[in-house]
Formats: sequence, C-alpha cells, structure tokens
Amino acid sequence: MDSRTVIVGGSVGGIRVAQALRSQGYTGEVTVIDAETYHPYDKPPLSKSFLDGTLSYDRLYLISEEEVRDSAIDLRLGDRVVGLDITGSSVILESGPAITFENLVVATGLRARPSPWEATDGVHLLRTLDNAQLLKEDLLGAGSVVVVGGGFIGAEVAATARSFGLEVAIVDPLKIPIGRVLGDTVGERFTGLHHSNGVSTHFGTGVERITGAKGNLSVELSSGAVLLGDLVVVGIGAVPNTEWLVSSGLLIDNGLICDEYCRAAGQSNIYGVGDVARWYHPGYQALVRVEHWTNAVEQAACVAHNIINPKESDSYSPVSYVWSDQYDWKIQIAGETAAASDCVLVEDPSNHARFAAVYSNRSGSYCGVATVNWPRAMIQCRRLLDKESDISIPLNLITALLPSV
Amino acid sequence: MPIIKADLDLCQGYANCVMEDARFFDISDDGVVVVLQEEFAKEDRTRVEAAVRSCPVSALRIEE
Repeated sequence: MDSRTVIVGGSVGGIRVAQALRSQGYTGEVTVIDAETYHPYDKPPLSKSFLDGTLSYDRLYLISEEEVRDSAIDLRLGDRVVGLDITGSSVILESGPAITFENLVVATGLRARPSPWEATDGVHLLRTLDNAQLLKEDLLGAGSVVVVGGGFIGAEVAATARSFGLEVAIVDPLKIPIGRVLGDTVGERFTGLHHSNGVSTHFGTGVERITGAKGNLSVELSSGAVLLGDLVVVGIGAVPNTEWLVSSGLLIDNGLICDEYCRAAGQSNIYGVGDVARWYHPGYQALVRVEHWTNAVEQAACVAHNIINPKESDSYSPVSYVWSDQYDWKIQIAGETAAASDCVLVEDPSNHARFAAVYSNRSGSYCGVATVNWPRAMIQCRRLLDKESDISIPLNLITALLPSV
Repeated sequence: MPIIKADLDLCQGYANCVMEDARFFDISDDGVVVVLQEEFAKEDRTRVEAAVRSCPVSALRIEE
C-alpha cells in the first residue's frame, strides 16, 4: 500500500499538519477531510476582526488554494467522518466510502457548548464561520446584547458589539472571570476595562433563565436581576468532537488521550492534534488539553515530525501562549499563569494602557507572564519560559524596556 | 534566491516567528516584527516555513 496520512479535521491543527508534512519532506498521500464545506478558515478572527468587518472570509484562509494544489493535498470538504476501523486502518465517511490510512491524525477540534436555556431565536453561539456570519448580521440590526460568559470569547464579543455602539451587558458566575487565568489583581483590571468602555458587568451571578425571542430577550440572573437584550451571545466553553471515535476502541476522556509523542494511547499510527488532543505533557507530568491556536500549530509540527520519523519521535512539551484583543488592549499570555502563587505588576509610566504581570510559582521561580499592549516585553519574557529562572530575570528585562527617568 | 518578507501593517507582534527561529526574527520596541536577515540557507527552509505558518495573521511569506 502506498503510504497515506489521513487528517480528520480541516481547522488550524489539521491544515498545519498537512503543511508541515510537506514542508518536512513527506512524500506519501495527504488527505484532509472536513465536514464543513468552506475552504479551511482560521477561527480566532471570528470574534474579532471578522465580526467587526475588518476581515472578509477570503482573508481567513488557513492555506491558499494554490498551496493546496502545489502541495498535492487531497482536500475533501463537506464530508463527515463517522467512524474509525483501527484493525482495517480506515475511516468511514458519511457519504459511504472508507479511506485507508497508514497514519491517521485526529484533528476534529471542539464545538461550542450549547446554550442550556429555553430561548433560541436571537441566542447565538460563536465557534464556526456560519455562527459568526449570523451573529454579525444580527449585531448590525440590534441595539443591545447580553453576553453570557466572561472569558476571552465573551469579552471579545462584548468589545466588538460595543464598537458597533450597542448597549452591552456581560454575565459570568465568577466574581472575577479573568482572575481564573491571570489572578484576581490582574483580573480586576480586565473587569475595569469593560466598565471604562461602557459595558455593564454582572459577575458572580449565574443565569437562571433566558426567555423571549430576538429583539425581546430576557436574561434572568440568580441574583434576581433581569437583563433585557435584543440578542444574547452564549460563550460558555466548548466540548471535544470525539463522538465519531466512541466505538473505535481509542481512549476518550475529555478529548483523545495521547502519549507524550501525541500518539493515541496504545496506538503506533494514530495521532491527536489541537484542541481535541489531551496528551501527556512531560513538563507538567500530566495529561493536558490546550485550546489555543499556537498550541495547534506547534503540535502539528511535532506530529508531522513523528509521522515521518517514528523511530526518532519528539516528545511534545510546549510553553503555552495565547492572545486576545479586547477594546484597545492587545493581550498576550505565556506560560502557567493560572497556577501561579504570586504576581508582580510592572507599569509603563509613559503609557497607561500598557503593563506586564510576571508570575512565579510556590518555589519563587518564574512561571508565566501576561502583557497588555507590550509585545516586546512579552517576547523577551516568553523566551525565558522553557527553562527554570528566578523571577528577577524577566523583571529586569522588562524594567530595561521602560523609558529612562 | 528566496527571501523572507514581512507585512508590517498586518503584524500584531505575536512573535511566534521569534519563538520558531530568533536568528531571523525579532520584535521592535514598537511591537512589530523585524526580519534580521532576509536570506536563508537551503537547510533552514523548513524552519523558515514553520515560522511563516506560525504567524496568526499571515504577515510573513517567502518570496521565491
């Protein structure tokens, strides 16, 4: 049999595996299958520059049509993989045929967690291009929106809706939603950012009911308050798309369980990549699943390497990195900020919309960094995170960037 | 000879390219990419391609 790698899922993880295979010299067939009919597109802009109209769909392509052709990537869109036969080394398509593989890459990502509330008309989720398109159209005709979920997606949608001039309220059960990721001191600044942009926050309270229809929705909070909105956006997380693997024999538990080489547990030729993969991170000595764009790209390169060089496989031990754009803040986060025990803030006196937060763990070692509007400080600190260092080292680097007094 | 090109208007300073290979890329005080050397050797091609693909806003490309 000719060698063939089948990649299930055409979002960033899947497409980057296909590209990395070619870039690293793979000569077998490369087939990418995705249930969506759109040319593979990038998702981060859907809550930001696509939603606000800055970027059109054709600017979201993850790979050009020309590169698909030149790299001989067999792209099969609009077909869903419904099953996996491990013994027969094949995947089964909804349209009927089975495709055999020498290597399989599971890149099916996540889907938005559905709204558990009653109302549906005017209630939006945001994960896919179709979601974003519908939301965009509705935002343009609306006067107010209630955003349920104060994480990054919720905050980005709130910021975009505000830029359209809508009245915006945002709800989250946590008192300081971003505090979960960045600690309460920094998290409170994010809450303040909503306020200074005229968004009302209802944090520390859950949603009991959502009733009504587009143009006239009521969001009843556990605090007893009722928020009215023309639209509701529900951003309460996402769940792995692993149903097609349930009867395959692969180990599924909040994602596809993989070893440190990103191979599905107990398998030699099946890999997981991106949001759906829950792999053993050698650095943390734990199974982790990371829902970040950069992780998908880095993991894709590792998976491609391991497909081509199974005898010289690399383990995958990345330093986490994520960004978010909210109002006029360009936010970048690297390393382990959520589990940190201490945080030191560095402000730039010449620019009040710019700061850095440097995190240390229980033993006082540097473990993560977050910056606002400060890419240079971020990269200097991010580069240090692959080894152990004292927190004074990143702090000195950032201080050196400040204008001299 | 292929060279690295950066679109400074697109660049948002995410710096994934710097993480891929700091011999070729850096970030300026203004928060945008600096291409440290446009030309690259044949054996560096895979790494430069990886850096190009790591850019979240497609601000990098290889001009053949």
